[in-house]
Amino acid sequence: MQEELIIARGLTKTFKDFTAVDGIDFTVDKGESFGLLGPNGAGKSTTMRMLAATSTRTSGSLEILGKDPEKFGPLVRAHLGVVPQQDNLDNDLTVAENLYIYGRYFGLSKKFMKAKIEELLEFAQLEEKRDVKVDALSGGMKRRLTIARGLVSEPDILLLDEPTTGLDPQARHILWDRLFRLKEQGVTLVLTTHFMDEAEQLCDRLVVMDKGKIMAEGSPAGLIKDYSSKEVLEVRFGSDRNIEVAPQLAQFCERMETLPDRVLMYTEDGEALLEQIYAAKLHPTTSLVRRSSLEDVFLRLTGRTLIE
Amino acid sequence: MNAGIDVPRIQRFGALYIASARLRSISKWKVIIAAVDIGNPLFYLIAVGIGIGVLVEQGSGTSGTNGIKYIAFIAPALLANAAIAAVMDECVFPTIEGFKWRKLFFAQNATPITGRQIAVGVYLAALTRAVFSVSAYYLLLLAFNVVDFGASVLLVPIAVLGGAAFGAIILFFAAKIEKDDQFFNILGRLVIMPMFLFSGTFFPLSSMPIYLQPIGWVSPLWHATELGREAAFDYGISSLMVYVHFFYLATLVVVGIVLSMRQFEKRLAK
Repeated sequence: MQEELIIARGLTKTFKDFTAVDGIDFTVDKGESFGLLGPNGAGKSTTMRMLAATSTRTSGSLEILGKDPEKFGPLVRAHLGVVPQQDNLDNDLTVAENLYIYGRYFGLSKKFMKAKIEELLEFAQLEEKRDVKVDALSGGMKRRLTIARGLVSEPDILLLDEPTTGLDPQARHILWDRLFRLKEQGVTLVLTTHFMDEAEQLCDRLVVMDKGKIMAEGSPAGLIKDYSSKEVLEVRFGSDRNIEVAPQLAQFCERMETLPDRVLMYTEDGEALLEQIYAAKLHPTTSLVRRSSLEDVFLRLTGRTLIE
Repeated sequence: MNAGIDVPRIQRFGALYIASARLRSISKWKVIIAAVDIGNPLFYLIAVGIGIGVLVEQGSGTSGTNGIKYIAFIAPALLANAAIAAVMDECVFPTIEGFKWRKLFFAQNATPITGRQIAVGVYLAALTRAVFSVSAYYLLLLAFNVVDFGASVLLVPIAVLGGAAFGAIILFFAAKIEKDDQFFNILGRLVIMPMFLFSGTFFPLSSMPIYLQPIGWVSPLWHATELGREAAFDYGISSLMVYVHFFYLATLVVVGIVLSMRQFEKRLAK
């Protein structure tokens, strides 16, 4: 039987008259990589702060490692690693000092930390930066250091809030590789993202969130299967023409989304559909056939794109 | 998990872990801090001791200062003011940085450390810094023959108590700051400056018009200064007033730190 490390039931958080998280239910199993996918403002970070056993909930129940985080905050946090959206490192201190100080907050011994720092510097590929002040690091390096810092206590669950937002593609790929290694080591990962490719790469299972609510839940492949077609044909006719042509296109497929810059046509066979469009003497300026993604799932569920 | 995390131990010593991390950060600025802690007193000792002091004593001798030479008369105030400045530096900036600029407190709170422990840790580090600043100042007073070694040693803990009283309250306000735009202007110009001028620093509070004296009554600086003058020079205040000064400062410490702990906890749990 799967061991459930996190159980959230009707989890709700309101700020004054604004409901950031609106009664969500989910569980996270031991060893799995669980994602919260949604646009900015969906309530992902607020949820993460409650999972981190720091932010208090307004209503509902939450159990992390069998305990209520509001009653046993320090005890629960002793088993968590947290990587917040903003790298909140101590800029006055060096890379190695940041790790050491953080280990002290968990009450870890100097001896343990000495070995741990070497291990984490290697993991974060920061061996050569060990005595450099954090100020002088690149964005990708700071991110890797923040993740390494989250691992000093050998946590049972690692919480990552938007781990690669703001990084360049190369830095993202290095980071994904590191996170994948953790996953292989059996660390339970909970991450938020508004990048569908990140969710597809890293998550075994995810929930799609919008406006504080969970819209759907499943594996990336399962969600795509349930909420989208196998393929997507993207056609562009120029900014104003897209809307004009849309009614004529509608006859060729079951479902279609007209975005300002392109029309998305959902189909089992993109190439065949494109041929039909050409045959009808409609000539898109560009066309692209691709596999359905979580972006399409999100569009289907909310009528909006993930990054707006 | 096999890292050996001892939560009960963290619950006992967490504030000290925070304080030691703060002191490590503070020590990165040791050259600048030492320059300020030594430079500032030197400026006052030269300007007031040689300049203003001579002028005052030419005018009225020491009759207005109960027989104490002028530079010695203001020494307890300068020490208490140095403590207040040091504690303020180490309470205000780290707190706004911790909640807003770098959000370091949120990183600290993601460990078994609690918001209350963070508040106490920041405060303890600030007091440690004040002990250093005031001690350096006191050594300069000895070197310049402003005070004689003896009972005047009491000026150091009294000044630190004054800084502690002010710091505990300011820590609470710093933890409440959401927008920092005007905070430093208001604090510097409308709180620190009037407090420094109207707390019986340069002349006895009683020589001020009665409607200005309340500024001194609420100011930790006045209470610490009066206590210091009494301890070091037998200034001649009643023993009742000695208790009043002491309990006023002690009350600010307790009230300020309790409010700060609650505010830190509340803000981190948002």
